[in-house]
Amino acid sequence: MNFQLTKEQEFVRQMVREFATNEVEPLAADIDQEHRFPTETVEKMAKYGLLGIPFPTELGGAGGDYISYAITVEELSKACGSTGVICSAHTSLCCWPIFNYGTEEQKEKYLPNLLSGKHLGAFGLTEPGAGTDAGGQQTKAVLDGEDWVLNGAKVFITNGGYADVFVVFAMTDKAKSTHGGISAFIIEKGDPGFSIGKTEDKMGINASSTTELIFQECRIPKDRLLNKVGGGFKVALSTLDGGRIGIASQALGIAQGAFDVTVEYMTQRKQFGRKLSKFQALAFEMAEMKTRIEAARLLIYKAADMKDKHMDISEASAMAKLYAAETAMYVTTKCVQFHGGYGYTKDYPVERMMRDAKITEIYEGTSEVQKLVIAGHTFKK
Amino acid sequence: MAFKIIVCAKQVPDTNEIRINPETGTLIRDGVPSILNNDDANALEEALRIKDKYDDVVVTVVSMGPPQATDMLFECVAMGADDAILISDRAVGGSDTWATSNAVVAGIKRYVKDNGEYDLIFAGRQAIDGDTAQVGPQIAEKLDIPQVTYVEEFKMDDDRKNITVKRKMEDGYELIKIQTPCMLTAIKELNEPRYMNMKGIFAEDKDIKTWNADDIDVDRTTVGLKASPTNVFRSFTPKPKGKGIIVEGDCNKDQATNLLIALKGKHII
Repeated sequence: MNFQLTKEQEFVRQMVREFATNEVEPLAADIDQEHRFPTETVEKMAKYGLLGIPFPTELGGAGGDYISYAITVEELSKACGSTGVICSAHTSLCCWPIFNYGTEEQKEKYLPNLLSGKHLGAFGLTEPGAGTDAGGQQTKAVLDGEDWVLNGAKVFITNGGYADVFVVFAMTDKAKSTHGGISAFIIEKGDPGFSIGKTEDKMGINASSTTELIFQECRIPKDRLLNKVGGGFKVALSTLDGGRIGIASQALGIAQGAFDVTVEYMTQRKQFGRKLSKFQALAFEMAEMKTRIEAARLLIYKAADMKDKHMDISEASAMAKLYAAETAMYVTTKCVQFHGGYGYTKDYPVERMMRDAKITEIYEGTSEVQKLVIAGHTFKK
Repeated sequence: MAFKIIVCAKQVPDTNEIRINPETGTLIRDGVPSILNNDDANALEEALRIKDKYDDVVVTVVSMGPPQATDMLFECVAMGADDAILISDRAVGGSDTWATSNAVVAGIKRYVKDNGEYDLIFAGRQAIDGDTAQVGPQIAEKLDIPQVTYVEEFKMDDDRKNITVKRKMEDGYELIKIQTPCMLTAIKELNEPRYMNMKGIFAEDKDIKTWNADDIDVDRTTVGLKASPTNVFRSFTPKPKGKGIIVEGDCNKDQATNLLIALKGKHII
């Protein structure tokens, strides 16, 4: 047991904090209002190696660890939840499954560009009728000679409009469904029959691109199959196990960001001749929030540490994501309250942070799904 | 032949975080993070830009300080420097600027012995803790190389011999042509320092050496507290002066009138 960050991890925090303060935070309010994907920030993240942290240097990664990755998403999200999820979805949901399940050829073809940030990645599992019930996939893939042919549509795909590489799931044997009937594929932007559908107009994380993916007789070479035929559901579940560390870190960052600006506000704002920080009822609430934030952080770092040690993280990452997401919602709601009327305006960042927090309870497995996972581990015998 | 650049850097307390004990007038250093001195980051950045431009450039950061200054050198290497050397020994502790430059010069001579002659030395104008701006110029004098201080623009010809710099003055600037090898001290206007790079942070082969007084073969009578000709006589905290006032007015005459009213109001005139 060791609760000290390594020297490298400390420097990662210092570096990303400086990066986020100078490059991310100044844009956060504007890109939220303009619903604008921050391509310039993505380019800078690529330049400084933020888009390939926990992968080997031989493939173009930074050779870092998952705790450093969690710290990175946390620090980015402290300034801007949208920027945090761009990094998280790219790293956990696209780079990782290709790294873990890809053939040597697939890894060599896709990872250098993805990990250097030259290409951005996305992940397509959710469909209009298949959210939590991922087995209800309607998108079909059929082998036709040397090609796979995909038909169907995906929704709510993070990074959708700006990604170059997509890990996409489709039914290859409906009868088997989640028991070997779903397969994973690597789709490239520009593949024939593949197009981006409508962009969602969301409550929060407005600078993140959330789109439909449409497959109409989309024809891709046979070697784009990721993992074996029917091995897609396993790819999806294990990918989401890791992805939850990223989303939990995003939630943690949003909570910490809202907390920090509220501390600042409470030491300046006066009512009844006293600073808000001098009201014990409010100060105690802040103590409660701080404790929950730290608990979320420890759950996340534990799950990340387990991932670095190649342990089964399914339950640990579900707990981290459940708790961090609920903490983000709890903390941001209180922070808006403590700002009073100002907190409800766009002049203060807590309004955006509260809207951004909500999604963390929903995507990459709702809080209810996390409880299903945890309950499943509890009563598995 | 590689083009070799030495960057002189110092680890300093982050003055943004520093508090002063109002009773003793001394710095409260507890819990204050240490950082790479601001102007030194500009010095390193300029060296790294040369390295970005040419393939055969080697950037070595040299510092003197306690063992924990290796953290600052870690940051320099994570930003892109090839290697770093920390001169650290009780014998050099407490050095003033004269003694410090003696130690750094001895370190540079050892560097030359190991690596051959350097082409360029960058230093920051001054450190935010001491504010003397003396160590860089002293190093140049003792190495007997030309120097330009307060560099705000740097241009080197492709022959990598002829350099033109813009030297900031209080009321203007000087354009100076200078040839390598030379010493240039950087100010913040020179560039915008880069961040550390993730790959740099995790690079396993970081070359950060520590040299003691024996390693640099320095004359011990020229370094350390005892050898330092200057001593801190007294340090004090300037009293905050309060905010200045800008006298408003539609024209000069109005402004003058308002100024007179304000001065009379305070019974100054």
